[in-house]
Amino acid sequence: MDSIWFTIIAGMLAGYAVLDGFDFGVGIIYRIVARTDAERRDALAAIGPVWDGNEVWLIAAGGVLFVAFPKVYATAFSGFYMALNIVLWLLILRGLAIEFRLHQENPLWREFWDTVFSLASASLAIVFGATMGNLIRGVPLKERGLSGMALFTNFLPGRDAGILDWYTCLVGLLTLVALAGHGAFYLAWRTEGAVRDRSLALARPAWMATILLWAAATAATAWIQPSVFSNIASRPWCLGFVGLSIAGAWGVFAFPKRGRDLAAFLSSSAFLFGAVATALAGNYPFWLRSTLDPGLSLTASNSISETQGMKIALVWWSIGMVLVCGYYTYLFRSMRGKVSANSGDGY
Amino acid sequence: MSDGLVWHRIQFAFTITYHYLFPQLTMGLALFLVIFKAMAIRKGDESYNETARFWGRIFALNFAMGVVTGIPMEFQFGTNWSRFSKYSGEVVGQALAMEGVFAFFLESTFLGLFLFGERRLGPIRHLAVTIALAAGSWLSGYFIIVSNAFMQHPVGYRLGEDGVLHLESFTAFMLNPWALWQFAHNMMASLVTSSFVVTAVGAYWALLGKHLRHAKMCMTSGVIVGLLSSILVAFPTGDGAGKMVTRHQPVTLAAMEGLFEGGPYAELAIIGQPDVAGRRLQNPIVVPGILSFLAYGSFGSTVHGLNDFPREEWPHNIELLYYSYHIMAGLGTIFILVMGVAAVFLARGRLLAARPLLWILLLAFPFPYIATTAGWWTAELGRQPWVIHGLMRTDQSHSDLVNTGDVVFTLLGFAGMYLLLSMLFVVQVLRQIDRGPVAAH
Ligand code: HDD
Ligand code: HEM
Ligand code: HEM
Repeated sequence: MDSIWFTIIAGMLAGYAVLDGFDFGVGIIYRIVARTDAERRDALAAIGPVWDGNEVWLIAAGGVLFVAFPKVYATAFSGFYMALNIVLWLLILRGLAIEFRLHQENPLWREFWDTVFSLASASLAIVFGATMGNLIRGVPLKERGLSGMALFTNFLPGRDAGILDWYTCLVGLLTLVALAGHGAFYLAWRTEGAVRDRSLALARPAWMATILLWAAATAATAWIQPSVFSNIASRPWCLGFVGLSIAGAWGVFAFPKRGRDLAAFLSSSAFLFGAVATALAGNYPFWLRSTLDPGLSLTASNSISETQGMKIALVWWSIGMVLVCGYYTYLFRSMRGKVSANSGDGY
Repeated sequence: MSDGLVWHRIQFAFTITYHYLFPQLTMGLALFLVIFKAMAIRKGDESYNETARFWGRIFALNFAMGVVTGIPMEFQFGTNWSRFSKYSGEVVGQALAMEGVFAFFLESTFLGLFLFGERRLGPIRHLAVTIALAAGSWLSGYFIIVSNAFMQHPVGYRLGEDGVLHLESFTAFMLNPWALWQFAHNMMASLVTSSFVVTAVGAYWALLGKHLRHAKMCMTSGVIVGLLSSILVAFPTGDGAGKMVTRHQPVTLAAMEGLFEGGPYAELAIIGQPDVAGRRLQNPIVVPGILSFLAYGSFGSTVHGLNDFPREEWPHNIELLYYSYHIMAGLGTIFILVMGVAAVFLARGRLLAARPLLWILLLAFPFPYIATTAGWWTAELGRQPWVIHGLMRTDQSHSDLVNTGDVVFTLLGFAGMYLLLSMLFVVQVLRQIDRGPVAAH
């Protein structure tokens, strides 16, 4: 049961990274690639029908963590108290910026919400990346739990590291550029004209930066948490995820040249899914590693809920996922093709 | 050690009260969207579609507020109530996770299609999408109520040797009788809110002499649904919720009613101020026997008063509990009267010309919000001192490792943020109402 539920949550988080990832990506590059009001409406119409559903992956993953690993949920959420509240405020600002922007006629308000949307998206990308960094690096987990972690201390990933240190910042930065590239491919696929051209022009440098930072982050991980690598080596199926990200990394350069927008977007999705899945699989069985005493770490097996309850949850979860796949298929099929706010795709 | 319990409680109470201002409208409004879309197809009248689109925009604004204020609620179980989460996650978490998997996906996907897909889908499929949207929002109401009902009246669990709760019977947990009554009552309350809002906007247009076709549609459907739901919220659902409290939380009932001295032929207080220290109701106006009748169905039944219970089992804030309950029930009676009068005018076809009544209907829309908030405060204050009734006390459930200062800071952060959002939201909604059901951009 513990490994099944670890996999389920890891999969939901990786799916969240791909799906809401492109919404964040669109937010990050939005002000650069969409310049006139009409272009910005098109860019928003491209994510308008989907961003809320994408965000539900985060909510649902949180709910599943709550039921399957209550101890991890309770410890991590109260331990990262301040950081999580900042995430919440940023999510509030991002969601409302999208919604309020659509109804605004005053150009100053539009300008304001456009900027809020971009800044909140970029900050969220960094924070989510840094969170991943914290899971790999470990946190000062004591016998009693995790007392409120500092946002940052001396920026060194040592025993008394804060949430931000150079390692977690590096992962945050990697996330920022990778999502920018991912969002650019989404926009290229869903829009036409100037927005598409600018997105494609921006995607290339973004992906080059991503590959460089990816290499740097991999090297840093080898130094800070070498066990991630031995874990992957000892579980050959993890190499499947590594392979997925490498194939994706190839695709993000190969497909745009041939004008295959959808293939490029799918490649960046594969890259992101592979990268997040590799990191979490390499970290298995750890949810929260204790930097103070490895024996205090919260792992999948020492924090899983009881089997009977989790079997029931497995049944409804599976049914639910089939339904969700159905909704998504219907949504993307109904909204397929290029969007244009002027021809009735806005509201 | 100063532990931050009081700040955790204020923050949770504030953020949840604020969150629920939005879903209570959207859940009811979803039904109105279905009505308007269906009428458009049946009557082949495009103005129904214009009305539906107008309410769709109001829905979307409310929904966005509901979503962004709902995410903090989900997180706060972990950030602020970590010991509660550790203790009950395996059970309560089932409903919360199912809400995400079954309800929120349904709701958010189909809202996207509802708003952005009208041109692509065509009328019939667009109606189907609207129905799916409504189903999703009612479903999310059910799941959240199941978690709350477990806290009010825990069933289907087993306390393990490891000191935490385990799920014993999934069906007992999901079909908690408390949840069924609470859901029915709460959804009727949500319909009351939405019909008062729909009616008020219709009345506003009618008073201005604008968009008269649409005003009539809003007022007709608003008054019909409003009268039905105002009756249903009191009987049988409010009555049923009250009987649950009588049976499972007798001390709460006594506090809600301000009944200090129990006994047979217990009196119902219509007016009065509880004096908790003096253990009596000041300047009361009471009707003897009615409380016994409402609680147990016969005038002679014995109802326990607060004096029958030890002081430490009393809810913490009996005054606020008492007032909340009386505000809810009192307003409920007024709603039936207002909607009843409006329905008479509607039946005679004179509603749009009755200006004083239109003014009343316009100004009435805040009161269902007040009644609903008061109702939730009744439920939540009445549960004290327990977070899970009979199992876990509130003062053992908060995150004791979080700095109190951090909680004060986040409370101020939420307060500031929500104040700002309220202003922006109100401006947006008022502008939509003034613009009316004309084609957008
Ligand atoms: C429009 C709003 C509204 C109106 C007019 C009423 N209620 Fe209500 N009531 C609610 C809105 C509400 C609510 C906000 O929806 C609550 C909070 C928890 C719940 O499920 O519903 C609630 C809770 C609630 C409870 C507490 C249940 C608990 O402790 O969990 C009782 C006993 C009643 N109601 C009874 C009544 C009665 C006898 C009414 C007679 C007129 C009434 N309500 C009108
Ligand atoms: C939208 C309607 C709701 C409102 C207005 C509301 C209001 C409140 C209030 C006022 C308190 C503080 C009580 C006190 O400290 O004296 C509280 C506490 C709490 N409520 Fe609710 N509540 C609502 C719904 C829910 C639901 C659906 C749940 C669970 C699923 C829930 C769970 C809690 C918890 C965990 C606490 C903290 C512990 C406590 O103080 O008892 N609430 N709520
Ligand atoms: C502690 C209690 C609560 C929690 C944890 C909570 C959680 C959430 C979350 C995470 C969302 C966003 C969903 C999305 O992205 O679509 C949301 C929205 C929503 N919530 Fe709550 N909620 C609580 C109380 C309530 C209550 C009491 C109700 C009603 C019975 C309710 C009904 C809804 C509905 C219908 C939505 C959809 C958004 C909307 O229509 O405005 N919630 N809630």
